Amino acid sequence: MKINTFKRHFREGTKNLVRNSWMTVAAVGAVTTTLVLVAAFLMLMLNLNQIADNIESDAEIRVFIDLSAEEEDIDELGHNIEDLNRVEEFYFSSKDEELEALVEDLGEDGEAWELFEQDNPLNDVYVVETYEAEDLAGVASTIEGFSNVDDVDYGSETVDRLLQFNQYARYIGITFIAALLLTAIFLISNTIKMTITARRDEIGIMRLVGAKNSFIRWPFFVEGMLTGVIGSVIPIALVLGGYHFLYINLNDRLNFQFIELLPWNPFAWQLSLMLLAIGAFIGIWGSVMSVRKFLKV
Amino acid sequence: MIEMNNVYKVYDNGVTALNGISSTIDNGEFVYVVGPSGAGKSSFIKMMYREEVPSKGQVKINHVDIGDMKDKQVPYLRRSIGVIFQDFKLLPKLTVYENVAFALEVIEENPRKIRRRVMDVLDKVGLKHKARFIPAQLSGGEQQRVAIARAIVNNPKVVIADEPTGNLDPDTSWEIMRIFEEVNASGTTVIMATHSKDIVNKIRRRVIAMENGQIVRDEHRGEYGYED
Repeated sequence: MKINTFKRHFREGTKNLVRNSWMTVAAVGAVTTTLVLVAAFLMLMLNLNQIADNIESDAEIRVFIDLSAEEEDIDELGHNIEDLNRVEEFYFSSKDEELEALVEDLGEDGEAWELFEQDNPLNDVYVVETYEAEDLAGVASTIEGFSNVDDVDYGSETVDRLLQFNQYARYIGITFIAALLLTAIFLISNTIKMTITARRDEIGIMRLVGAKNSFIRWPFFVEGMLTGVIGSVIPIALVLGGYHFLYINLNDRLNFQFIELLPWNPFAWQLSLMLLAIGAFIGIWGSVMSVRKFLKV
Repeated sequence: MIEMNNVYKVYDNGVTALNGISSTIDNGEFVYVVGPSGAGKSSFIKMMYREEVPSKGQVKINHVDIGDMKDKQVPYLRRSIGVIFQDFKLLPKLTVYENVAFALEVIEENPRKIRRRVMDVLDKVGLKHKARFIPAQLSGGEQQRVAIARAIVNNPKVVIADEPTGNLDPDTSWEIMRIFEEVNASGTTVIMATHSKDIVNKIRRRVIAMENGQIVRDEHRGEYGYED
């Protein structure tokens, strides 16, 4: 595109925004409201995702081997586990290693356990990791059926419930965000459609003298993009400020190993960029949609 | 050259506007299209700049069938055709100069060429001195001259006018006709739908008379031929 043409499109696009200032306020308001809600959902969803990822990467099955198992029984059990196709990797941890780890984990309280070094009551253990956290339950119950297995543990209740919750949250979040975006596009499109009547003659003449549809569409593209970008200013400010506040105040209280908020930097910036892109996208879509009807040949 | 071969047009509301039209208009001709209101004159000329496509039959412009034409090609067709309406269709907020230049700007002509072409064509229609006026400051005849300037600024091969003198008094109408004759004399095809008996009978040209969506008469140097 020639630079002059681009300047013209930009000039026309901004002119329309200024000329219909009340409509612009309405369209920008629609974008702002939408993006604030979308931002809240995205913050929640992405953090839940992060937590789920942590759980998923931490989640493992601990297979407690019968105290009476002989060395070849243990090897055989290892082969059986190895043959399961959802198993990503596994390793053997002897009862001595288990005790060492336990003592270390407990810190000062662990010293008491050192007494057991002479007569270790713990089991030998296979630690099994699956490809997906969703596979944990299935693999665990299969292993439970193998011989020489005393017990199997993968924090089943907690993990299952968290994963399920996260799954639901994801579906609801995506549905909600999609609905919000569609509503905003519809609102913007309708708002701009109201202003288009004045421009109908102009579009008619442009088509009559042989302007290409893309040429006619460009100012609307610019107008929509600006609407979206302006509409994303307040949501971005809220994200940058609000998430900072949340992060400072909430993160320390969530003192669990695997529950940790995404760090403000870069998360808040990434989210802001996302909002800017979404804003521009719905603005452009709404605007270009509104002109479509007038471009039918 | 415009060729129509057994063209029918039925609108979505069921109205049959064209009922088997066949006709050929050669390059450089001057053609009046006459007939009572609702005879199909407008539909007939709308086919020529592909504002409408035939329901049946063929319309060929320079041997290209507009029914097969892709939407993307339509703007290029329109650039070779200038269209003028009874109600001028000028943009009220733009000056005379801007209204005419608009036609070149939207097809991305280069700015230097635009200035030269616009001033030339305003000179041709006798409105160079009113280039900075807005349409509301002009008389009806002057506004129509601006519309003609806009239609011919791109040197089209064909000029199509739908009752261009319909809103104008007789004296002004003759001025407009003089411009059309000049345009035609330079080799441009002129096709004009009109209700003006005086004009048709005085400036004798080919007359295509329509009734009920059909061509009922097609004469060279013809007459208007009926009373309104």
